[in-house]
Amino acid sequence: MSAATHSGFLLEGVRRFGAVAIFLVRLILQCVPALARPRLLVAQIYNAGGRSLVIIMLSGLFVGMVLGLQGYDLLQRFGSEDALGTAAALGLLRELAPVITALLFAGRAGTALTSEIGLMRATDQLTAMEIMAVDPLRYVAAPRFMGGVIAMPLLTAIFSIIGLYGAQLIGVQLMGVDKGVFWSQTQDSVGLHDVNEGLIKSVVFGVVCSLIAVYEGYNAPPTAEGVGLATTRTVVASSVMILLLDYILTAEFL
Amino acid sequence: MVEIRDVHYAIGGHEIFTGLNLTARRGRITAIMGPSGAGKTTLLKLITAQIFADSGQVLAFGRDLGSQSWSEIYATRKRMGMLFQNGALLTDIDVFENVAFPVREHTDLPEALVRILVLSKLQAVGLRGAAQLMPAELSGGMGRRVALARAIVMDPELLIYDEPFVGLDPISLGVILRLIKQMNTALGITSIIVSHDVQELATIVDDSYLLSGGRIAASGSPEQLRNSANPSVHQFMTGSAEGPVAFHYPAPDYATQLFEAEEP
Repeated sequence: MSAATHSGFLLEGVRRFGAVAIFLVRLILQCVPALARPRLLVAQIYNAGGRSLVIIMLSGLFVGMVLGLQGYDLLQRFGSEDALGTAAALGLLRELAPVITALLFAGRAGTALTSEIGLMRATDQLTAMEIMAVDPLRYVAAPRFMGGVIAMPLLTAIFSIIGLYGAQLIGVQLMGVDKGVFWSQTQDSVGLHDVNEGLIKSVVFGVVCSLIAVYEGYNAPPTAEGVGLATTRTVVASSVMILLLDYILTAEFL
Repeated sequence: MVEIRDVHYAIGGHEIFTGLNLTARRGRITAIMGPSGAGKTTLLKLITAQIFADSGQVLAFGRDLGSQSWSEIYATRKRMGMLFQNGALLTDIDVFENVAFPVREHTDLPEALVRILVLSKLQAVGLRGAAQLMPAELSGGMGRRVALARAIVMDPELLIYDEPFVGLDPISLGVILRLIKQMNTALGITSIIVSHDVQELATIVDDSYLLSGGRIAASGSPEQLRNSANPSVHQFMTGSAEGPVAFHYPAPDYATQLFEAEEP
């Protein structure tokens, strides 16, 4: 790859980052006026959160069960199977719940947001609002952005709880770890800072995933191909950003 | 009401307008006609400040849109209504809420008054009974009529129509034509209609402009345009394929290309 191509990519990256940053500022400025229509916000929390509930609960259960199996197998080699509750709880709260919830959110709610807003652009609905002197950022983008940001920590909490139950199901019911030991170990080892780590990660992921989804939809070319590509970009960009930010945040907390 | 003064506008180096001049006078119905690709929709975007001229002035209500702040442009837009070619109804709310949308966004009227306002506009377009339907349940013509009700619900001074007659059945077409005329005569609404439905327009418009090659090729009453000696104007008004305006996109000789098997 030539130096000119490298600098072209770099310039495009900087331009894109700048455009997203400006969009975020405009979006945040519209969030306060958008609160005047609480019904819209509640509808978007339901769209982003309520409709993702089944997939989050199922995934949480299976991830917890796998954690129970793998954790037990590993810990029993050192005769420490009693620490299964601790391993499962910390793994879920600090790492697996926020990351997997965010990845699932990007795939389900993020794509839905991008394609919905993109199609609104393609069918002139956003332009019609502008002509009616209504800012689409306030009416369309801000409630969806806030809905995603609020839904993500709630979904993460549900993922953690169901996941822990799944790990307990395998560890206690199947592998025979003592139930009292499982829960008391969990209670003793999990501190507020562990919960905070998961919470902060989920809020950051909520902001990033919702921002990317809304931005891509809002700026999608008004064609079938344009909306399709924007939806793909939402998943790819969100996934990469989630994993990158997860590393940075984990390094910061440790 | 709307005045375009020596407007130049280009997209990606391609000149759309090269010194466009046009006036839509208060209380009159002005038609902007022209073949596909003449820049009719671009002109509407200039008038509604979705895009801005490279040079020249676009004046709406006496003020240049290019020199206004966004809050001033939004204030200007509140005095306009626009009917989109595809209706552009909001698909996540029903017909009633679509028509009520601008009222709820811009006023604090009590719900009872909003209801009366919306139902009266829906009655005017014959769709009071469809108030609870979702936009996806409407036919194209019905969607256009709901969009018209939404465009007039705030009683705008200027109404802009983008291809209002496309895809309408004869009954809906007659109703829409009558409505445009009625709103003009009874309420004094200034109307700008962009269309190439020459016959329909001729029955209601006061002034008409024919766009071609980035400029106004002809202007006057529909009758004057029809009797124009200009061959381009005559070809457009009579809908003939033969004339100075080419129907075919530039291409190599037809017979030669047909017998060249390898080249598409």
